[in-house]
Amino acid sequence: MTHSTTTRRHHLATLAGLASAALVLAAGPARAEDTVKIGVILPMTGPSASTGRQIDAAIKLWMAQSGGKAGGKKVEVLIKDDAGVADTTRRLAQELVVNDKVVALAGFGLTPLALATAPIATQSKTPMVVMAAATSIITEASPYIVRTSFTLPQAATAIAEWAAKNKIKKVVTLVADYGPGNDAEKFFSSQFQLNGGTIADKLRTPLRGADFAPALQKVRDLTPDALFVFLPSGQGAQFMKQFAERGLDKAGIKLIATGDVTDDDQLNDMGDVALGVVNSHHYSAAHPSAANKKYVADFQAANKFRPNFMSVGGYDGMRVIFKALDATKGAGGDALLAAMKGQIFESPRGPVLIDAQTRDIVQDIYIRKVERVNGQLYNVEFDTLKAVKDPGKLK
Amino acid sequence: MLTLLFDGIAYGMLLFVLALGLAVTMGLMNFINLAHGAFAMAGGYILILLMQRAGWPFLACLPAAFVITAAAGALLERTIYRPMYGKPHLDQVLFSIGLTFMAVASVDFFIGSSPQNVQLPDWLRQRFEFGSGPWMLGMGAYRLFIIATCLALALGLQAVLSRTRFGSRLRAAVDDPRVAAGLGIPVNRIFLLTFAVGSGLAGLGGALGADILGLDPTFPLKFMVYFLIVCAVGGTSSITGPLTAALLLGIADVMGKYYLPKLGAFIVYVLMIAILLWRPQGLFSREGKR
Repeated sequence: MTHSTTTRRHHLATLAGLASAALVLAAGPARAEDTVKIGVILPMTGPSASTGRQIDAAIKLWMAQSGGKAGGKKVEVLIKDDAGVADTTRRLAQELVVNDKVVALAGFGLTPLALATAPIATQSKTPMVVMAAATSIITEASPYIVRTSFTLPQAATAIAEWAAKNKIKKVVTLVADYGPGNDAEKFFSSQFQLNGGTIADKLRTPLRGADFAPALQKVRDLTPDALFVFLPSGQGAQFMKQFAERGLDKAGIKLIATGDVTDDDQLNDMGDVALGVVNSHHYSAAHPSAANKKYVADFQAANKFRPNFMSVGGYDGMRVIFKALDATKGAGGDALLAAMKGQIFESPRGPVLIDAQTRDIVQDIYIRKVERVNGQLYNVEFDTLKAVKDPGKLK
Repeated sequence: MLTLLFDGIAYGMLLFVLALGLAVTMGLMNFINLAHGAFAMAGGYILILLMQRAGWPFLACLPAAFVITAAAGALLERTIYRPMYGKPHLDQVLFSIGLTFMAVASVDFFIGSSPQNVQLPDWLRQRFEFGSGPWMLGMGAYRLFIIATCLALALGLQAVLSRTRFGSRLRAAVDDPRVAAGLGIPVNRIFLLTFAVGSGLAGLGGALGADILGLDPTFPLKFMVYFLIVCAVGGTSSITGPLTAALLLGIADVMGKYYLPKLGAFIVYVLMIAILLWRPQGLFSREGKR
């Protein structure tokens, strides 16, 4: 009996509290129409969870730094987990657009997830900011897609040029067998062959496989000057270990890669075998600029891990949305999209531009080498290709 | 060529230890335990946690993985598996696949979903190489270690099953539990022990394989198919059956990925279909047993 009375009293108290809260809300400045919502869909669980974790941390950092206001309105970020399953991404996007009336969609950890959502962006005229997925064709899937990560052709072409200039004549490529892997393989080989190199073989491994033994044995038997590798963020450590175990480094085969393999998130766990690996990417936590030093320091103050290229895609994505909201005074749809196009700003990764025509990012691509700095492994940049457009769209 | 054969054997041996527990419960106890992979995953995570958080040496972690998963297996057998023995196979399958999903989700929640890395001790990271050209044999110390361990296990288990009193009691209990019980054989305790050893073997296999197969929460789902293929092809009534099947599959898988990378992972299935068409009972089976 006493129990039910307390519950009832509790209910009454809650109701009273709600009522007064409603009164305050109605009277105060923060009315519903003064809030804009951004729907972020990320793989927070499942095999690509590290992508989600990085971008989530970057978004929180941006919200804290910007005060969570844009265009005179309060910005609310709704983060949803799709576990890396395309069906779920699409459903969540639909819910965010229809029920929550978000002004922009953002996130998208993998290519299939972004492609599955593209029709929803088109039909609802909602700008969709791709913060991670890196296959070239994504921005062509909908006129409402804007990308703030990178494209694999950007990275692959850069390392192919570097290789051809640095006495590497014969290369075997090894990529994970899905969209970005195929992009990496195609653009690396064509650029490398254009510069006079030969591709001895093109190998592909299943996306989810962790045993690279047969492929690595084949590479060893082909005795190329170098092995070019692309693997999705997260598989790099396993690969590096097997590369060393099979004695490929001792057989004189150089390892060149896109920066996904020497991901900042995992680099320290890889150990000495990663030292000296040359790779190309758009972001390194060791990028020597004031903007990046501040970014890394603030990021690490809030998190226990180092920011990687995924985080910077998320951080810049938030910036693009916020600046566009500032310009449109919080309006969404086509106006917001137009305000996103052509933005130029200084990112932690360096100067970037959102190309108005392709809605894809134009940025510097760095050639880096893994080195030990203050006892930790970092990708240290030693060469820069200025303002690289996505080679996939230069026909 | 020889190197490939060596890698294939190591891979096959690993599959054998992982699948053996399943073969034991399925063949000897007539119980389909799809949660077997979850025990293997548990073994892998025990190894990782003990090595990286508690700083245990690698060699001490392997028996620990065996003992802890065996204890967990025994506990679960007593509490939730035993009532399932009499149930139809479909119930058993649904029940154990449910357990698998629970295991996957809880590892995801407590440890995180990123792939784990094993830091092997240096003496297991060496590599021995002999000869040159196509007949060069390169052996990773770790794979050599796996082959030796698994071979010893196989021989030991075979001896226990065919030579000891426990082995003959187990076989009797499986053939007809009621008569065996009537003869004074403690059927329940034998099943409990068998189940525990089967789970422990899975745990050991998971710990050994964490480095080669990779370890993340989806491990039980990723490798379940392979375990089932080993049982289907090898038959489940002996130890030599799964051993041969696992070796065959391991070698075929590695060779397939090397020579026909386009077909890659599919080779294993082709092989399974061919063998099952030829011998639907599996390679080695006491025909007409049930």
